Amino acid sequence: MIWFIIKRLMQTVPVIIGVTIVVFVIMQLVPGDPAVLLAGEGATKETIEALREQLGLHQPLYVQYFDYVSNLLRGDMGFSLKNNQPVLQEIMTRLPITLELAIFSTLITIVLGMLAGIISAIRPYSILDTVVMVVALLGISLPSFWFGLMLMYSFSVKLHIFPVAGWDSMLHVVLPAFTLGAGGAAIVARMTRSSMLEVIRQDYIRTARAKGVKERVIIYKHALRNALIPVITVVGLQFGALLGGTVLVESIFAINGLGRMIVDAIRMRDLPVVQGGVLVASLVFVVVNLIVDILYRLFNKRIELN
Amino acid sequence: MINVQEQKVLLEVQNLKQYFPVKREKLLQPKLSVKAVDDISFTLREGETLSIVGESGCGKSTTGRAILRLDEPTAGKVVYNGKNILELSKKDLRTLRGDLQVIFQDPFASLNPRQTIQQILSEAMSIQNSVQKELRKDRMRELMHLVGLPEEALSRHPHEFSGGQRQRIGIARALAVNPKLIICDEAVSALDVSIQAQILNLLKRLQRQLNLTFLFISHDLSVVRHISDRVMVMYLGKVVEIAPKHALFDQPTHPYTRALLSSIPVPNPKVQTERILLSGDVPSPINPPSGCRFHTRCPFATELCSSKEPETVEVQNGHYVACHYANDFFSA
Amino acid sequence: MSKEVILEVKNLQTHFTTKRGTSKAVDGIDFTLHKGETLGIVGESGCGKSITSLSILRLIPSPPGKIAGGEVLFKGRNLVELPESEMRKLRGNEISMIFQEPMTSLNPVLPVGEQIAEAIRLHQKLNKKEAAKKAVEMLRLVGIPSPEKRAKQEPFQLSGGMRQRVMIAMALSCNPEVLIADEPTTALDVTIQAQILRLMKELQERLGMGVILITHDLGVVAETCDKVAVMYAGNIVEHATTETLFETPLHPYTQGLLASLPKIDEDQEELYTIEGNVPSAFNMPSGCRFASRCPLATNLCREYKPELIEHESGSKVRCWVYSNKWQEQEVVV
Repeated sequence: MIWFIIKRLMQTVPVIIGVTIVVFVIMQLVPGDPAVLLAGEGATKETIEALREQLGLHQPLYVQYFDYVSNLLRGDMGFSLKNNQPVLQEIMTRLPITLELAIFSTLITIVLGMLAGIISAIRPYSILDTVVMVVALLGISLPSFWFGLMLMYSFSVKLHIFPVAGWDSMLHVVLPAFTLGAGGAAIVARMTRSSMLEVIRQDYIRTARAKGVKERVIIYKHALRNALIPVITVVGLQFGALLGGTVLVESIFAINGLGRMIVDAIRMRDLPVVQGGVLVASLVFVVVNLIVDILYRLFNKRIELN
Repeated sequence: MINVQEQKVLLEVQNLKQYFPVKREKLLQPKLSVKAVDDISFTLREGETLSIVGESGCGKSTTGRAILRLDEPTAGKVVYNGKNILELSKKDLRTLRGDLQVIFQDPFASLNPRQTIQQILSEAMSIQNSVQKELRKDRMRELMHLVGLPEEALSRHPHEFSGGQRQRIGIARALAVNPKLIICDEAVSALDVSIQAQILNLLKRLQRQLNLTFLFISHDLSVVRHISDRVMVMYLGKVVEIAPKHALFDQPTHPYTRALLSSIPVPNPKVQTERILLSGDVPSPINPPSGCRFHTRCPFATELCSSKEPETVEVQNGHYVACHYANDFFSA
Repeated sequence: MSKEVILEVKNLQTHFTTKRGTSKAVDGIDFTLHKGETLGIVGESGCGKSITSLSILRLIPSPPGKIAGGEVLFKGRNLVELPESEMRKLRGNEISMIFQEPMTSLNPVLPVGEQIAEAIRLHQKLNKKEAAKKAVEMLRLVGIPSPEKRAKQEPFQLSGGMRQRVMIAMALSCNPEVLIADEPTTALDVTIQAQILRLMKELQERLGMGVILITHDLGVVAETCDKVAVMYAGNIVEHATTETLFETPLHPYTQGLLASLPKIDEDQEELYTIEGNVPSAFNMPSGCRFASRCPLATNLCREYKPELIEHESGSKVRCWVYSNKWQEQEVVV
């Protein structure tokens, strides 16, 4: 197992290098000269030229990339064009908010999704199953910006249960996390259901019944653990999709998270911030994938043999 | 029964090895391989049926696949018509596949469910170009007749047939290209007794009619006894005994062959078999036992057996045994 | 047989309802099992032998399956009508079962010791630790070397033969009075099959349970069973002691089955074959179900279904040939 983790960790190194290259290249492809942007309107040719020199834009691309990476390793992501603050600092204040949102959403995705899936699977084709699956289908289909606004309208504006926007207390977390997690929960519910139905037909479930095990214990002890193996992968993938979703949800609920930061930066053409934001988001995704793989392995030891 | 010794050699397998690499689990683990078939040699004469028997993992199916180059063998020679199959180009190999056909255990898995039987057969013929286009229709009807299916079957799909009928279709497809040698890989193992008997009779009849040679791979010794001229017993990638059918069943010599034969339940409650019960399981082919591979389970094993690999001894005309004590066991 | 009857099946019927209609997979079968006795149920795929075994423990997947009638009497109680909670107390305790595929019949993510201990804890007043200890003892009983170590392993770490030993250990852990073994050695190699059959015999002698052995292998039957029921298309067509069945098979199907076996000790040029196929379960003929494949069939057979009747040899057979009607019919012709 330790070897597996080490091996898997080593595999992430080229992925991370790849991410930095992609982020770097994309920024090169963005139209417009960073020096012109930085100098601002009405700057003289000399000022721009001097800035180019200072930023090292005359250097060949590979040297620029090398500089970029070595700066990254020192924790230097450059400075925001907007307010001259270090990008890293900005990210560090924003990232925890987004992570918190993402983690709560994932919890909702897992708990709600699996519960719904299991309920459906216990009595397949029953009325309860049909209702749960129709709701799940809606959950997948509803666009999150509309769903978020509806939640906000009902629970904040009308019922005054939750605050409308912002990010101060636990109460603030509920609506955004639910908005973000609902789609994933729906997917997980459908996945859990079909996986459970598949597992329940297996020979070892029949063996458990032949032992006199109660139906409830069969579900939780014998079926669920085997059924969850494919679900874990889906949850991991959902987490990636979630990071993208934060952009929308943070905008709707006016949360100062990483997603909103990137959107604002793009609008302001604040390239260093965009670059840094995208890089960090990608790294988070890589790390989550790593964790999912390790979990998958823990749940399914048979992989070791094949 | 044909007199095997007088027939010409159709296929010769020399020192065939088939190793499969094992995925390394630990970082510094040495490279390992599964020695599925480890240095085996035998010949196949025209018109005979040679059976390969043994338990799961002994390498019998791998041998069949290696001969057809369905897997690329690690080493050795398979000489057919004076040419080494293992060195043929892709193009020559394709031509050769017309002579060598295979029937699998589950014909359904190898029949395209969307094609009709007619399409399946015509595809087989066109790949090999074995039958002129104009004649294919007639040939197909003839094939149906040969394998005992009605002509109407041609327009139907595989799922409309029962297990036994599907196996007849599998046989028809193999025959479509006029093969010389057919490798039957557990071809009747999945069938019920009454259907199995039908297919076995069919195979025997076809062999007589078309002068076919069979390499018959099976774990069922009763079936093997019924259909074979000669029998080869494998254990953990090695040939332990090879002999004409009667010699093998009447005078099994290798302790493994004896244990195997004595393990078969006989459908006659009055027969009390003296059973040689082997202890334990077959060892791993990744790290097979030293010396004679059977020594860990052999009731007669000595120190010599664990240290030295036995030579193959001819105890009687055409009866070969790979055991240090072959001659003692044979007379015993 | 003077021994005590422990299980009696009377007119058991199990039906499956699907879109294509209702198939009577088991259509009225009767047998009794005595203490310490082994009853073989043989037949080809689809004859209803496995469904019979699952019906006894009420393990038929429902829907689509349903026990449509009949009785399964165990120690004076009719299992068909028992409440599910009572049935659960019985399963794995007084009646237990082992299955064909040791590869898929064990939960892949639980240690095998735990899987055995689960059965023990369900039916015996033992705590977790005691149950785990008993599980190791059971593994030792079924001949698994270093059972302490093996108990902690998961099924994929064990060979096929060992897994079947684990299944046996699990089934026997609560000293059942009836063991139902559904093709217990079919997936195993012959030398391993010999080990497992020997083990089952030894344990049966030691523990005295009655065994119902479901198999398609007549060799296994000849070697292990005291009496045999031959099934064809949902019916028992012949029921006899093992010796009688192999010596004087009565039903044309039984005769055909025995004749179509390749013999290990005899040369045959051509094997006997039973022509044709089993009739579809959705469309059973009204007469004898074997009539379409039977060399002796007459109009009587095709029109009227024969009953299971007693033959002078002591066997029971479902065939018109052995009835008085057969003679009368000959006279008419």
